[in-house]
Amino acid sequence: MIRIENLSKSYRVRGREVKALADVNLSIAAGEFVAAVGASGSGKSTLLLTLGGLIHPDEGEVYLDGQSLYDMNQAQRAKIRQQSVGFLFQTFHLIPYLTARENVQTPLFVAGKTPAEQTETAVRLLREVGLEDRMDHKPAELSVGQMQRVALARTLANHPRLILADEPTGSLDPELAEEMVSHLERLNREGITVVMVTHVPAMAARAARRIVLSEGRVVSGTN
Amino acid sequence: MTTLRLVWKELFERPSQLITSFLAIALGIAVIVSIQTMTYFSGKAVSRELDKLGANVLILPKAATVNNYYSADFLGEEMPEEYVDRITASSLQGVDNLSPKLTVPITVGTARVHLTGILPRNEFANKPAWASAGGIFTQPAGCGTVPASMPPTTKDATQGRRAVVEELGASEVLVGSEVAERLGLKADSRVDIQGKPFTVRQVLPEAGSVDDTRIFAHLHTVQALFGKGRVVNVIEMVGCCKEISRGLIDGLNKLLPDAKVVTIKQIVQTQMNTNTLMEKFSQLFLIIIVLVGAASIANYMFSNVQERRAEIGTLMALGMTPRRILTVFLAKALVVGMAGGVVGYILGTALAVILGPRLAQVPVLPLPAWLGWAVLIAVAITMLASAIPARKAASLDPAVTLRDL
Repeated sequence: MIRIENLSKSYRVRGREVKALADVNLSIAAGEFVAAVGASGSGKSTLLLTLGGLIHPDEGEVYLDGQSLYDMNQAQRAKIRQQSVGFLFQTFHLIPYLTARENVQTPLFVAGKTPAEQTETAVRLLREVGLEDRMDHKPAELSVGQMQRVALARTLANHPRLILADEPTGSLDPELAEEMVSHLERLNREGITVVMVTHVPAMAARAARRIVLSEGRVVSGTN
Repeated sequence: MTTLRLVWKELFERPSQLITSFLAIALGIAVIVSIQTMTYFSGKAVSRELDKLGANVLILPKAATVNNYYSADFLGEEMPEEYVDRITASSLQGVDNLSPKLTVPITVGTARVHLTGILPRNEFANKPAWASAGGIFTQPAGCGTVPASMPPTTKDATQGRRAVVEELGASEVLVGSEVAERLGLKADSRVDIQGKPFTVRQVLPEAGSVDDTRIFAHLHTVQALFGKGRVVNVIEMVGCCKEISRGLIDGLNKLLPDAKVVTIKQIVQTQMNTNTLMEKFSQLFLIIIVLVGAASIANYMFSNVQERRAEIGTLMALGMTPRRILTVFLAKALVVGMAGGVVGYILGTALAVILGPRLAQVPVLPLPAWLGWAVLIAVAITMLASAIPARKAASLDPAVTLRDL
């Protein structure tokens, strides 16, 4: 599903060039559950965001289902994200002034669904994650676990084939972390490809494959 | 979820910021609307006052001079009364009133005076100063100075009176104050002119002009008295000063090639200077308010973009294009602008209606046309002020905005 060739990306920080990714080569098959591990600053998050079409690399190619992501324009990449990719973030990144239902509706709105379709899908997904009685609550009125479930429902709104999870358990207690990884395992069993960035070895161990990054390079687990 | 709902919900997320920037726009628009409204009605009032200066254009026989006019000695130069019809039938704009006259020197008893033939209704429209004569004469409308919806003021008793002296009778005269004093005449006195008896209809109030030294009779009476045909030796005209500057005089010269057209420059210049001053004052306020309002909105939008960085990154991660993010921010500016324009118009109009009579001594009415302008200006200010912040939002690097701290 995913093929990365000679990927490099640098940032300029206070006048110094920092190499976030250096000549990364990687393949991920459809339906795999891959954990990307490494120390802080090893390039894990940059790799994830590049896979999602959000960071334009300095060099190299990223292929998603055979299509070069960065040969497309911004609008085309955005469409790929709408239709095929779901993101999960460490701090959920729920929009604070929208209710749980409206947060789940947001990706559907971005994808051009009608308000009726948005509502039907959002309500169904929130019921599935057990938040039927919290639909009209804003994130500030939800517990961490409830926000986690809203974030998951939002990720699944457009039926993604690929989930990119950036430290999804980073803000969670062990019980909720276990719940989150279990969800990801279940989704993977349903055929969704999952790439999870984590620095927690126990969580990484739940993935079928581990990719280890160090100083922007993949040191093991390339394919 | 729609763009409008997303914008609407976000607007109330940070109410204190919203209130500050909304007030900047609404109050700015209110000031613009109130100044423009008061300026409009003040301008009309000033025009009415300036019109009291009287005629600002003279049409004379070709060979006559302005000196002849002021000395009332035209040395026999005359021109057809038909010129009045020619002007009124033409398409010339800005002709507010025409007053044809025929002045001839006469002797009354042993006194040398000037007899001037006038068309009374025209003459009184041209001479608002005569309106206090105790009769009932129309006030000039000036250059559209009185909007149809204006209520009459209570201060000036002559305004709003509609009845006119249709005709001075064939045996009636009006007498200037100095002549009346010299000849011992008053209303209903009898006076012989060229062997014909006349009755004094009214002694005119002192005007401090040559009119004080004249006797006035109906134009056609004077023409008949001296065996002249339908001739005059001057046509006094009140021309709208804007039209004068736009070529009214050239138009008159083309229409009446055998006459001489003269502007009384001092009057025209005073009118034009006053109007120009008021317009420039109003424009200056407009510019200041636009700049202040725009700066406030731009500041609010920049802050808003900064606070919503993570949200913008999230929306990009969900597949929202930079163009759509730009649209969301501009839609917000549109909503704030429209609301600010409407509220500003209402507030500004209320201010003008309440304060206009107290500050500018003129009655003020709402100007509905300014609602559209208020909304247009407010939207233009907010959209322009938000353009750069919105572009900044659209070009944010999601990698930076999404980085969890």
